[in-house]
Amino acid sequence: MADKLHFDLVSPEQRLFEGEVDMVVVPGEEGEFGVLPGHAPLMSAIRMGAIAVHDGGQVTRTFIRGGFAEVTPDGLSVLAEEAIDLATFDASGLDAEIQNAREDVSAAKEDHEREHAEAALARLEALREAARAA
Amino acid sequence: MASLKELRNRIASVKSTQKITKAMQMVAAAKLRRAQDAAEAARPYAERMAAVMANLSTSLKDAPGASPLLVGTGKDDVRMLVVMTADRGLCGGFNTNIARKARERIVKLQGEGKTVKIVAVGKKSFDALKRLYADKIVQRFELGGGKDVGASKAAQIGQWIREQFAEGAFDTLEVISSEFVSVISQKPRAQTLIPAMDAIPEDVERPDLGGAVYEYEPDEESILDVLLPRYVDTVILSSLLENAAGEMGARMAAMDNATRNAGELIDKLNLVYNRTRQAKITTELTEIISGAEAL
Repeated sequence: MADKLHFDLVSPEQRLFEGEVDMVVVPGEEGEFGVLPGHAPLMSAIRMGAIAVHDGGQVTRTFIRGGFAEVTPDGLSVLAEEAIDLATFDASGLDAEIQNAREDVSAAKEDHEREHAEAALARLEALREAARAA
Repeated sequence: MASLKELRNRIASVKSTQKITKAMQMVAAAKLRRAQDAAEAARPYAERMAAVMANLSTSLKDAPGASPLLVGTGKDDVRMLVVMTADRGLCGGFNTNIARKARERIVKLQGEGKTVKIVAVGKKSFDALKRLYADKIVQRFELGGGKDVGASKAAQIGQWIREQFAEGAFDTLEVISSEFVSVISQKPRAQTLIPAMDAIPEDVERPDLGGAVYEYEPDEESILDVLLPRYVDTVILSSLLENAAGEMGARMAAMDNATRNAGELIDKLNLVYNRTRQAKITTELTEIISGAEAL
């Protein structure tokens, strides 16, 4: 496979990655999908999870939250609200944080407080799952 | 004529003022670079977002049940103005220019019989508008002296805006902020944000699909529902960042001027000081000589 895929990962505050790679596996709203060079144009919402970049036999995994993927003939762009590099991420404190978040959820008195806490919990759990898989 | 001591004190005071303005100028220059970098770094996201929005909105704006964030409420009675300035002063006409633009907009809209509501972002925005329009300011956000400019602040403002919109508190929304033309030039501008359809610039670059059609996952409407709120946040964020860069540029120019003025003032005062000193010596000499002659 001589062709390479142009891949862009941007967050609101900065461009996190730009370059040519072999394949990217994106956690789409309706299931994971791999994008190879020459993929048909596609727009997809993204759920929380790890995005895997395959290049030269190496896989780099990054946790992303809240975003959107667009495939055009020029390549793949992923817009993510938050991105954490899983190679350097330290998951040791995560279990305690999840415990805290659970307590927040049960302690929440008002609806919007609970929603907020539940969102934080869901984020942490997805992050833990992604970190374990890595 | 002021005494020598008074002159000396005055020179010392102008000198220390000059030191302060000089320091502020250098700090502003350093912060300007950082602010410019931040604005630069945020650009790819905003551009991709605008391109995607442009794509989706052209195909969806005529669809029944399109989100009011995109197509508007169908009315145009209550206008929300987000007036964005810096938190701090001492940056030349930066804040005043934005406030003036806001006042012009308000007067114009009121002339057309619209109801105007104001969101004051940045301390100076509230300070400038509270005297005339205190009853119209419905919410204010502060930026922690510029430290809080970032995605989380933008999300907080965006969240509030969406909640208000959902409650039907306004029909359209504009952001009045400063456009960063160059380091020495900032221009106040008003841009529409809601309905988003009117906000998307015409000249957005659209990717060439080579005749193919996008596949949507899940579908166009759901994607747009996810994107629209983010789009609001993104526009707010880029306005905040551009404002921050403009503020620093304006402060740098203002402080450069002040430093130069102080330098001129010091030169003038020095001249007066030396003249006075010489005049005094001459007087003393004359007195001594005439005293000696009298003997």
